[in-house]
Amino acid sequence: MSVQALDNANYAKNIEYRDPLKNFHGNMLVYVHWEEHLSFCAALAFPLPPAMPFGALVSEVIAPHYAAHPDAARIDWSKVTWMIDGKSVTPDMGASLEANGMKHKSLVRFWTPGLAGFKGSAS
Amino acid sequence: MAPKKLGLKQRYAHMTRGLDWETSYQPMDAVYPFDSFEGIKIKDWSAWEDPFRLTMDAYWKFQGEKERKLYAVLDAFAQNNGQTGISDARYANVLKLFLTGVSPLEYQAHRGFAFAGRHLRGVGPRVACQMQSLDELRHVQTQIHTISHYNKYFDGISEFRHMHDRVWYLSVPKSFFDDARSAGPFEYMIAIGFAFEYVLTNLLFVPFMSGAAYNGDMSTVTFGFSAQSDESRHMTLGIEVIKFLLEQHPDNLPIVQKWVDKWFWRGHRVLGLVAMMMDYMLPKPVMSWKEAWEIYFTEAGGSLFTDLARYGLKVPKYADVATAEAEHISHQNWAIFYQYTHAAGFHTWMPDKAHLDWLSEKYPNTFDKYYRPRWEMWAEMEKQGKRFYNNALPQLCQTCQIPMGYTEPGDPTTIAFRCSEVDGETYHFCSDGCKDIFDGEPEKYAQSWLPVHQIFQGNCGGATVPDVLNWYRMNVGADNMDYVGSPDEKLWNEWHAGKVRDAV
Ligand SMILES: [Fe+2]
Ligand SMILES: [Fe+2]
Ligand SMILES: [Zn+2]
Repeated sequence: MSVQALDNANYAKNIEYRDPLKNFHGNMLVYVHWEEHLSFCAALAFPLPPAMPFGALVSEVIAPHYAAHPDAARIDWSKVTWMIDGKSVTPDMGASLEANGMKHKSLVRFWTPGLAGFKGSAS
Repeated sequence: MAPKKLGLKQRYAHMTRGLDWETSYQPMDAVYPFDSFEGIKIKDWSAWEDPFRLTMDAYWKFQGEKERKLYAVLDAFAQNNGQTGISDARYANVLKLFLTGVSPLEYQAHRGFAFAGRHLRGVGPRVACQMQSLDELRHVQTQIHTISHYNKYFDGISEFRHMHDRVWYLSVPKSFFDDARSAGPFEYMIAIGFAFEYVLTNLLFVPFMSGAAYNGDMSTVTFGFSAQSDESRHMTLGIEVIKFLLEQHPDNLPIVQKWVDKWFWRGHRVLGLVAMMMDYMLPKPVMSWKEAWEIYFTEAGGSLFTDLARYGLKVPKYADVATAEAEHISHQNWAIFYQYTHAAGFHTWMPDKAHLDWLSEKYPNTFDKYYRPRWEMWAEMEKQGKRFYNNALPQLCQTCQIPMGYTEPGDPTTIAFRCSEVDGETYHFCSDGCKDIFDGEPEKYAQSWLPVHQIFQGNCGGATVPDVLNWYRMNVGADNMDYVGSPDEKLWNEWHAGKVRDAV
């Protein structure tokens, strides 16, 4: 243990891990970020069922939450490039989040070729 | 024969005489269990210098005088309806941010210094810590009393104490102090006494107090002045503690350096709220955050660390990154609040053209290229009746708890994502600074109470945004949302219509 505590012997026993998977009522946390569109100030967080198909993540979660941006209507989803937890991937839209290699607190980043925010400013 | 009057120095010696007695019923280590586990080695507590040597009776007298002056000003301010003379009602939001985000930290500082004052076995630091503890209690009281006058007129103030423990962005300053207070007394002294009170304090209080002066808020200026003479004592304690630790034993240096690195970065992250206040929230701005950073950190901090180099102490790690971020953080932070205005306990607004021009001038390297287009796009959307809101919750940094909105060093178009894996669990960070802090003590930060995750776990009043805002005790439609269209604005316009009527 790297913490220096008054009671080092018992510190580890009393740690309250706040965010294990079991605390999320059957969901896992998923973070999503649309690159070059910093109007959305940070990646978005969602609690989602691990069995949800990746295609449903796109159509039911990602698309509606980014719809307010003027670029959103022009996204060609077939041309989007994806990165899951730092690895470039081509997700299987029919397979579940889990089957696509995602786990609790995975980060999904996506790029929309040709769309780089308001007047190309990444906003 | 009349008793001889003692000098200040003699009285101080009498006051502290014998306070550091050796215990006999219990071993000293049992009486002072907290001052050894951090690994700090002290050979001679009596080497502690207290340049102020303030006695308790002098302390009471001096503070009492200041209180009388302060409360006379507050009374006059209330009688003259000083609230109607501020630059603009938008300014009141600065006070909301201060009272919800900063004043509770004064109370935390009071508790923290009381703890350090009890648990350091040297008599010099014990007396100094106890006095600072009293000062901090006085600070929180005077701030509440001053701002309570504004509470009679403006929204978003009355539930400050409740909000501090619950509202998502207030977990940033709250967790900062919780972190310091759950450490040992030496780390607390480096965190708050040195890093905060000495290195960064001018970046917190000067912006708020000069902002108040520029914007016609004489009551806040006065509590600032009333705290100022305390602050010089606090700064002295902060510099004294670091020199003392470094002089006592060479083994202390790596421990102290690690704390200085950590608390510099943590402080820098919390001060992002001040940056945003300075650059966006003052109707009459004083100077830009970048200018303040140059004066109070780059220049003042530079000479401080040159001075401390003789002890082997280095400039805090990532100071260069923080300096580069001074071009960005205020814009990134105001953008966060603008898009989450529905969940903020103060009002936000779109900067007008004159203000955008001021920012362009103050930030020639970055504003026109990266941030002005963002405001112009949102202004266009507002005009079309599509005011931009973010309707999802943001990913938060495990360490600083701020939405992960900061960009890569050297690339303001890409968010910085960092993570660590511990026992199969992933933790995310906004920066290398925050990742390093976590990696230094993962067992501590695995316990962070991250508001977004707590909402999803069902611990914040319910599953919907109104449930959560209700749990925050936010008065929806009054405390939150844009200034334009708010009850604050309506009241302000009425006051001004009245002033015009009276003048005619
Ligand atoms: Fe204070
Ligand atoms: Fe202080
Ligand atoms: Zn962070």
